[in-house]
Amino acid sequence: MDAFEVVKPGFLTTVQDLGRIGYRKFGVPTSGAMDRTALRAANLLLDNEEGFAGLEATAEGPTLRALIDVVVAIVGADMQPLVDGRPVECRTAIEIRSGQTLELQRARRGLRAYLAVAGGIDVPVMLGSRSTCLPAAFGGVRGRALREDDRLPIGPVDRQPTALIGRRLPSGYLKPIGEVLTVRVVLGLQEDQFTSEGIHTFLSESYRVTPQMDRVGVRLHGPSIAHRSSADIISDSTPLGAVQVAADGQPMILLADRQATGGYTKIAVVIQEDICRLGQARPEQVVRFRQISVSEACAALQTYEERFDVLRRTWQSPPRERGSYRLRLGAGSYRASVEEVRGTYRVSLEGIERELDDAEEP
Amino acid sequence: MSVRFCDGGESCLVAELGDAIDVALNRQVRALGQALEQARVEGVLEAVPTYRSLAIYYDPLTIGRDVLRQQVSVLYGSLGDQGDRTVKEVVVPTVYGGEYGPDLECVARHSGLSPDEVIRLHSEPLYHVYMLGFMAGFPYLGDLSERLTVPRLSTPRLKVPAGSVGIGGRQTGIYPIESPGGWRIIGRTSLRLFDPSSETPTAILPGDKVRFVPIAPRD
Repeated sequence: MDAFEVVKPGFLTTVQDLGRIGYRKFGVPTSGAMDRTALRAANLLLDNEEGFAGLEATAEGPTLRALIDVVVAIVGADMQPLVDGRPVECRTAIEIRSGQTLELQRARRGLRAYLAVAGGIDVPVMLGSRSTCLPAAFGGVRGRALREDDRLPIGPVDRQPTALIGRRLPSGYLKPIGEVLTVRVVLGLQEDQFTSEGIHTFLSESYRVTPQMDRVGVRLHGPSIAHRSSADIISDSTPLGAVQVAADGQPMILLADRQATGGYTKIAVVIQEDICRLGQARPEQVVRFRQISVSEACAALQTYEERFDVLRRTWQSPPRERGSYRLRLGAGSYRASVEEVRGTYRVSLEGIERELDDAEEP
Repeated sequence: MSVRFCDGGESCLVAELGDAIDVALNRQVRALGQALEQARVEGVLEAVPTYRSLAIYYDPLTIGRDVLRQQVSVLYGSLGDQGDRTVKEVVVPTVYGGEYGPDLECVARHSGLSPDEVIRLHSEPLYHVYMLGFMAGFPYLGDLSERLTVPRLSTPRLKVPAGSVGIGGRQTGIYPIESPGGWRIIGRTSLRLFDPSSETPTAILPGDKVRFVPIAPRD
């Protein structure tokens, strides 16, 4: 069912989900949202699956006319959304009525905003994903950015989840990036092709995002990173977030639409959470690199995923309205009761019970 | 020969089997990739064979890097000299020179050959497909005759038409879709190399053999 008609496409608006897995051996880029954190949060706000496709708006958003009543959420760059000219909340589930116009304006902060709609944007799945692959011109809406008069279908939902309207992301969740964006990296794959001064330069200096930045990658400018001898390698696979340094000594971070293989040395790879932050960086943004180990990166990933777990638990399985639970903390066991008081939950704890019974869920 | 492991971040493990462009080494890479796919290791998302290394993408919250390393080492140790997956020979009808191969003359001049000799040297070998990369469906083919080694264009073209046959270093390849490119373009084929509506989206797979057959325009 078509949910939107494109009135104005914006600067570069594409359909994206979490990307294409399993086709790199055919040379196919992974694509997917540049800021996956924002897309996942927008989907969670609507009880969508996190991998549902949404719209990725860049720098200046699109204007869409709703063809049916829909519930949507906009997360990411602040594009000051308007519905029929009146400001509406970002990071919140909102309703747009059939015939109303949603306008995303120029991004005030950040670069990319994600529009999720209950049921997800339902363009055909190609090679396992609905993401637009701009370099190979397939996926999304005919392999390209949105144009005027395009229509966007959404997936089947029993009915639009109007009960979710007003649900919002906790404040502090997904903070905008600061003046200096410090991204955590794991060194490699070819860090041994750099001098130790080169690696020191990379980890201690500041780099600036140049205007040469798109979905393929972000070229940075700053102190030159010295190679031992050559900047070339026998071409190999390019992980998302790889920091490639060609002979000019300048780093380029490879992102969603990067080539599946590359022939330049990669000094490091940015961890997954911070790749999403880079998706919000504009030209002139200052970027610094901080080295962490693989196990620290795994711990960071775990923490990152747990934050989504918290959202899921809060929203998708709210505590029973009333109930009594047994909580174990250390050697003690507490009885907790939960009751709903005017839309919020009140939890009370009652004294220590010595006996350690089987703890009840949750 | 043992595997050299490198981490490409927290969710990519690269198993390097050597440091050369070599058909036998490349065959080992693909064999390891196939063995890993058949082993269906939980947490492994995909394995990408390249010239000399296998990039293994995984979910580190499902499988730890050390466990994965160990499993890959075991698989590598038990790789026999078993034959490769059935490889096929792909014939690529190619129009050389003229508007389809704007760099043919220049390659001929650079290598001190006639255009016909360039065509002969390029279409003579049965090429090995080392890997697909650069763009969707782009086959890296080797080895190109040493006599045809020319430097890349100093300024890459913004648009190389789909089907263009290019040479760079000791490699030759075919651009499946229009894209920028810095290789010297000596011909063009009408063979469709990339079809994203098919689950096996490329006409040519790693390990295949490719032969270029010169044809006249409009054949």
